[in-house]
Formats: sequence, structure tokens, C-alpha cells
Amino acid sequence: MATVSLQDIRKSFGKTDVIHGVDIDIADGEFIVIVGPSGCGKSTLLRMVAGLETVTSGEVRIGDRRVNEAEPMARDIAMVFQNYALYPHMSVFDNMAYGLKIAKTPKSEIEARVAQAAKMLQLEPYLQRKPRELSGGQRQRVAMGRAIVRKPAVFLFDEPLSNLDAKLRVQMRLEIKALQRELGVTALYVTHDQVEAMTLADRMVVMNGGVADQVGAPLEVYGNPQTTFVAGFIGSPPTNFLSPALLGQQGDGQIGIRPEHMAIDPEGALQGTVAYAEALGAETLVHLRAADGTQVTVRQDAAHAIPAEGSAIRVGWQDGAMMRFDAAGRRV
Amino acid sequence: MHPAIQGLLTIVIGVGACLSYFYFSNQFLDKVLFPAKGPQAGRNINRANMVRPWLFLFPALFALSLYLAYPVVETIRLSLTERVTQPDGSTVYRFVGFANYVQMSADPKFWEAMWNNMFWLIVVPALSTAFGLLAAQLSDRIKWGNVAKSLIFMPMAISFVGAAVIWKLVYDARPPGAEQIGVMNAVYVWLTGNDPQQWLTVPFWNNFLLMVVLVWIQTGFAMVILSAALRGIPEETIEAAIVDGANPFQIFFKIKVPQIAGTIVVVWTTITLVVLKVFDIVFAMTNGQWGTQVLANYMFNQLFVARDWGVGSASAMVIMLLVTPILVWNVRNARKEMR
Repeated sequence: MATVSLQDIRKSFGKTDVIHGVDIDIADGEFIVIVGPSGCGKSTLLRMVAGLETVTSGEVRIGDRRVNEAEPMARDIAMVFQNYALYPHMSVFDNMAYGLKIAKTPKSEIEARVAQAAKMLQLEPYLQRKPRELSGGQRQRVAMGRAIVRKPAVFLFDEPLSNLDAKLRVQMRLEIKALQRELGVTALYVTHDQVEAMTLADRMVVMNGGVADQVGAPLEVYGNPQTTFVAGFIGSPPTNFLSPALLGQQGDGQIGIRPEHMAIDPEGALQGTVAYAEALGAETLVHLRAADGTQVTVRQDAAHAIPAEGSAIRVGWQDGAMMRFDAAGRRV
Repeated sequence: MHPAIQGLLTIVIGVGACLSYFYFSNQFLDKVLFPAKGPQAGRNINRANMVRPWLFLFPALFALSLYLAYPVVETIRLSLTERVTQPDGSTVYRFVGFANYVQMSADPKFWEAMWNNMFWLIVVPALSTAFGLLAAQLSDRIKWGNVAKSLIFMPMAISFVGAAVIWKLVYDARPPGAEQIGVMNAVYVWLTGNDPQQWLTVPFWNNFLLMVVLVWIQTGFAMVILSAALRGIPEETIEAAIVDGANPFQIFFKIKVPQIAGTIVVVWTTITLVVLKVFDIVFAMTNGQWGTQVLANYMFNQLFVARDWGVGSASAMVIMLLVTPILVWNVRNARKEMR
């Protein structure tokens, strides 16, 4: 268990700058999720913490030790990879035990630790199987087990759930969270899925183009996004962006309003034509086209009537729901 | 006629004959044998479709049985017979049972060839695969790796006889005092001051000098196949091993090699097959003298030099018996790899 701190981390591949200075301080036992679209540098950031990529400039500290130059092994971390990265020629037991064997851990202790992890992950019946004889979810558990048995100070997860089907993903998400709570280990988790980020994180880091746009607790990031990117990326469906002119207001920049804060209201400030409506059961998404062509989504409870396609309606919101951004996309 | 035109004509006639075979045989099947009309139309179409694969397979099956199956049967027959010249000058083949095999097993040269073949069988595939694996791994991540690979692969393009001539020059000896043109003697004389040696006549060790030639050729083959296999290993398993704390040797031997074990076996057995049939190198360099005889060269000597068809065929059968199980195993492994 340890704190992790990244200070002005930068990374370039040749002449291309991928990460332009990221600062994050992670408290002991905290679950941090780095979320962003593909190509934003989130995996590179994680790999730099793991020691699989060199740090171009800045400092990575685990505990109170600078680890920029340390081998991955010496960093007291364990990593769970996207494709699980199980050794196909080794049994589940050997997969979990390999790191301990290299570290010359006594055999009895290896057995005890693997047995404990296997019990925790319900892998006991499969210890002698090869990875190819396991289902996706079981492989995922073995990958977790491999990380657990090493009792690292920090867990690193690189999109560990993206290869699972939707149902299993939800289940494993809960298991990962429960496991991390139980073990009390600091965790750094990379994902492109904002739902995973919202549900897992103690604090989340929203990355965009090699920069951490915002760091904060999930609800804070959701409720108070600092940039248009964060407002658009966190929350589903994404925030509606309207130009001030459309609402008869002065100034440039944009006004963001979340779909769930809008409601169909004959007195509302915005008029639009219903393009189509998606009834999802518990809720309905009504997609409108405003006068200047902007797409607007309204999220309403299923109890409300669904407007007919092509009809002109007005939508309204409370003043507090409006988020103003300047021309550079920063929150005003 | 100009030879080029002759060649062109041959190609046109050959390809034309193949095409017309497929065209007309299919026509015959569809129009004459099982026409797709009349009351039997449906049944005829089904029948024609059952026959059609055999139409396409027939030329290959025919050629294979003529040039592979028939010679095998004929060789078995010859190995059990003796050729006797009658007083009137005609020859008859007399059945002698296993007499040829008995005679062969009493020949010390045969056992020399057997033992040498066993040596070849152990040394050449092992060294070729090991060097190939080493070259594949070492040239993987360096800038001039591809140049190195091309150089190592190049001997594959040289015929066995050509390679034998090249290496004969390496082992060449000139009279004492003269300038040595053979690299081995040049180095030997320079280092020790002794007289140059006729390396290929030094018993037992000269076997290894011959094996070097085949290793030199086959390393390139092993390297190319194993290099492709190494690239197929998921990068993440290697990164996981790095995080697990494995050093480069552990990564190579415990993570990489086991993952390409199947390919290593295929490469190994493929080279084993080449080794069992090795002939040209021995024929061109020593012709089996000074204790370097191998089975294929022994067979050649018996068949075409001593003109003893019985023993020659018997030795051919021995080679076939040795090759067959490895061949079967090789094909099985290769299929498993493809899956």
C-alpha cells in the first residue's frame, strides 16, 4: 500500500509529444480511474507508472521513492492487461505463481498465497487448467489473481474489462471494486468507458489529447465539468451544447445543458423539431433539431408522453442547469 | 527451330492440354454421361457433382502414383530379387527373399553409413534450430537485423553441391610452405606453425566438417520460420513477464520458447527429413571415403557404381523406413500449428 504521485509527466515518441505534463497525487488505498477516448495517452501514462515505457520528463513516485529509473519488478506494482496476457503454456496455478517463483519465494508460501487468491476469486476448481480451457470471465479472474498474489503496493489496470461481454463486464466491475476495497490497495485504472469510471472511481482523471482536463470525484466531475470536453465525455447521453445566440444571449463560447436537466415545457426557452425518439423502457431520449440545426437530446422519464416525430415543441430547464464555457472550451 | 520458340510451344501445348482436359472432361460428364435433362435430371446433377471432384483430382493422383507409389512397390520388389544374367545374355530377376538385406547388414560400410546418419540426425537439426532461434531472437529488435537475416538466409539459395564446393575450398590444403588458400589451414598454420592438414581425411571429425555445410544452409530456414513465430507471440505476455520480474533469459526460455514450441518441433523435424536424405554434400566432398559414408550415398554407390540393384534397393528401403515415421509426425505437427 502506497501513495503514487505523478509530477509534470511528459512523454514523447521521437518528435511526437503524447503527454504534455500531467500531475496527479494518489492517496494510499485510493481508486483512481483514468478515462478518455482512444489516443488520449491514458494507457501510455499507466505504462509509465508500470515502467513499461520510459518517462521523457517529470517524476513518478511510488510511496516516497522516485521510480523513474526502477525496473517494473522493483516498483512494487502489479498490472492487469487488456488481453489478460496469461502465459498460454502454463496452468492457472503457474500463471499466478510465476512472479513469486522468480522472486524466489518459498514454495509453501507460494502455494498458500495462490490458494488464498484462488479462493477469493472462485478459481479453485481450475488451478490445473490451461488458460485456453477457461472462459473469458475466468481468464480475467486469473489475470486478477496473478496481480493479487504478489501483494503489490499498487494495482494497475489497463482496460481490463473491454474484452468481456456487457453482462460480464458489469459483474466483474463490481468484483474489482469489492476486491480493491477488501485488499485496501491503491489502484490506477485506465478505461475509455465513462460508466466504469463513474462507478469504480474514488476520483477520476479525464484525459484529453495528452492533458488531464479534470481530476475529481465522479459526481463532482459530472456536476461541475471544467471543460466542454469533460462535459461532453462524462454523462450519457452527452451534454447538449448550445450557442448563446440561439437563446438570445450575448457573448461567444457555448452553453452546456445535460439532457436529464431538460424537460419538454410549452413555456421553455428553446424551440425545436422532434427528429426521433428512443424509448429505452425506464426512460425516453427525445432528439430535437433546433432552429440553427444543433442536435439537442432531452432525457425524460418513461411516464411522460412521447412527442410525435416532426412535431415542433419547446424545452426548458432551470437556470442552475446551464454551464457556461468560453471560446477556448473552459468553464466560465 | 529456335529453342525459345520450342520452349514457348511446349508451354502452350502443356497448358492447353491441361485446360482442355478439365474443359472437355467436364463437358463429357455434364452433356453425355449425366445430362441435366430428361426425367433423371435431378439425379444426374447430383451424380455429376459426386464425380466432379475426382475429375479434378485425377491428374494429381495419377502423377503421384506413377512417380511415387509405383517406384516404392518396384523398389520393394527389387530389394527382394537378384539380377542374374543368363548364358544367352538376357537378364532375369530371381526372388531371393531377404538375402539382400542380410548381405547389406554384413557390410561394415552400411553400418558406418547408419551410424554416421544417426550422428547427422542429432547434430544438424539441433545446431540448425538452435542457431536459427538465436539469429531470429538477436536480429529481431535491431536496425540492421533485416540485413543480418538476409545474409544468414542467403545460403538457402545455394545448391547443396555449390555449398559443398565452397566449403571444400575452406578445408583446402596446399603443400607445406605454399600459400594456403583454405581458410581453415591458413588459420591453423598461422596459429600453430604446423604443416597444413587434409581436414576431410581426418576420421570421425571430418563428419562434423561435412555437417557444418548443412547447418550453414539450414540455419537460414530455421531462422525465417522461427522469426515469424517469435513475432506472433502476444507482446502483452512478454510485458506481463517483465512486470513479474523475469530477466531477459527467463523471458526467452520460459515465456517465448514454450509459446513457439510447436513451431520448433516442425522446424526440427523438417530439417531431420533433409538430413536423412543427405547425399549431395557427402558425394561432392568425400564420396563417403575416410569414414564419412551416409545412407543415401551408400545407396547411390550400390545402385549406380557397384550396379548391385538388390542391395541398393534394400538400402533405399531402409532410408524410407527411417523417413516415414518422422514425415507422418511432421505433417501432424504442421497441421496442429495451422489450426
